[in-house]
Amino acid sequence: MTDAPTLGAVIEAGDSTFRDLVLEASGPVLVDFSAAWCAPCRLVEPLLAELAVTYRGRVRVVRVDTDAHPATAAAFGVVSIPTLSVFSSGEVVRTAIGARPKPELVALIEDVLAAR
Amino acid sequence: MSESTTTPSHRNIIVVGSGPAGYTAAIYAARAGLAPLVVAGSVTAGGALMNTTEVENFPGFPEGIQGPELMESMQKQAERFGAEVIWDDATSLSLTGEVKTVVTGGGETYTADAVILATGSAYRELGIDDEKRLSGRGVSWCATCDGFFFREQEILVVGGGDSAVEEATFLTRFASKVTIVHRRDQLRASKIMADRALNDPKIAFAWNSEIVAIQGEQKVAGVTLRDTQTGEVRDVAATGVFVAIGHVPRTELLVGQVNLDAEGYIVVEGRSTRTNIPGVVACGDAVDHTYRQAITAAGSGCAAALDAQHYLAELADRADVADRAADHEVAAAR
Repeated sequence: MTDAPTLGAVIEAGDSTFRDLVLEASGPVLVDFSAAWCAPCRLVEPLLAELAVTYRGRVRVVRVDTDAHPATAAAFGVVSIPTLSVFSSGEVVRTAIGARPKPELVALIEDVLAAR
Repeated sequence: MSESTTTPSHRNIIVVGSGPAGYTAAIYAARAGLAPLVVAGSVTAGGALMNTTEVENFPGFPEGIQGPELMESMQKQAERFGAEVIWDDATSLSLTGEVKTVVTGGGETYTADAVILATGSAYRELGIDDEKRLSGRGVSWCATCDGFFFREQEILVVGGGDSAVEEATFLTRFASKVTIVHRRDQLRASKIMADRALNDPKIAFAWNSEIVAIQGEQKVAGVTLRDTQTGEVRDVAATGVFVAIGHVPRTELLVGQVNLDAEGYIVVEGRSTRTNIPGVVACGDAVDHTYRQAITAAGSGCAAALDAQHYLAELADRADVADRAADHEVAAAR
């Protein structure tokens, strides 16, 4: 991972940085497609912050503001938020739609880690 | 109350749920000095109002208030008087004994003398196969979350109550056309909301209609409607289907402990909030077949806190009597 200063934190990604931060990342990346107006998205945010700490150095956690970056959201067919997708080697390998409890998100990540 | 119990995780009262019912119960219990613990839910905290926009009928807000803002205020009000809120889900409950146990998704175990069930409700599903397959791919239960993605598109809202009509009205901000699909020939929504929708040039109606299939591989492409009177079937183009056909009580954790009715609602005694288990009271949408409003939920939350308080007072009285009896025995034995 190249983002040493932000290890353990949720990173913002957008239309211009998505390739770098997500598609070309060396490890799996959990992407939270969300928006400021979406209440369920806000409920997931603290869980993502915890996951970023738990999986620091192993899984990057990235948030995409779909309002500010509609092209990226559209490219991955996001029409429901929050959409939580795990990317591995530039591909979506797991997706959960809607606010999900932490154990479900952990299972999603562990699945992907186990498959690598 | 339970001063005699010293384990830090033991409480007088645990409130399970954090909608208007749960937080109102917490406010009342906190003001009674009972320092309730509120198990608010990890991603469901705030309850059904978190997915709404403007709430226009909650008394005290003449200009209306945003649902999430109202819930945040209730939370703060409960905390101000000493309620402790944890952002975790109750994953198992043991309610039948004198000491009640609540286990959370994070693995914590809390005990209490009384439990207030305010678990609310979940969205009712259409119950067709395509719905799950296309969930998050055009089928949605949250207009406020997802409406934005349907700019200048033609979409459907299923349902005829206040929620359906509110969602349809909200979605006209984005969609080019919103069709309300309803099984009957008139709306169930309150008159002010129904009139608003009936007069909205962007809202159309498919009366006496139900969805039998949703087309599309990766995304919703259209739906098949069946006429509930004639049985006639027709296809309608749509890229989004917003489902607002009501709610089902969220009571699966209570099965086998608390009496539930045939539809899964918690059964309470008369006008009280008491369940069949002493020390367990219930309020809000998990109990209410009929009204299901934020304000009725809040009212029943208040009643639940008062009923729980009454139970705890009785429990304390019984403990006093037992203590005195024990003292007499000790004295007599000397």
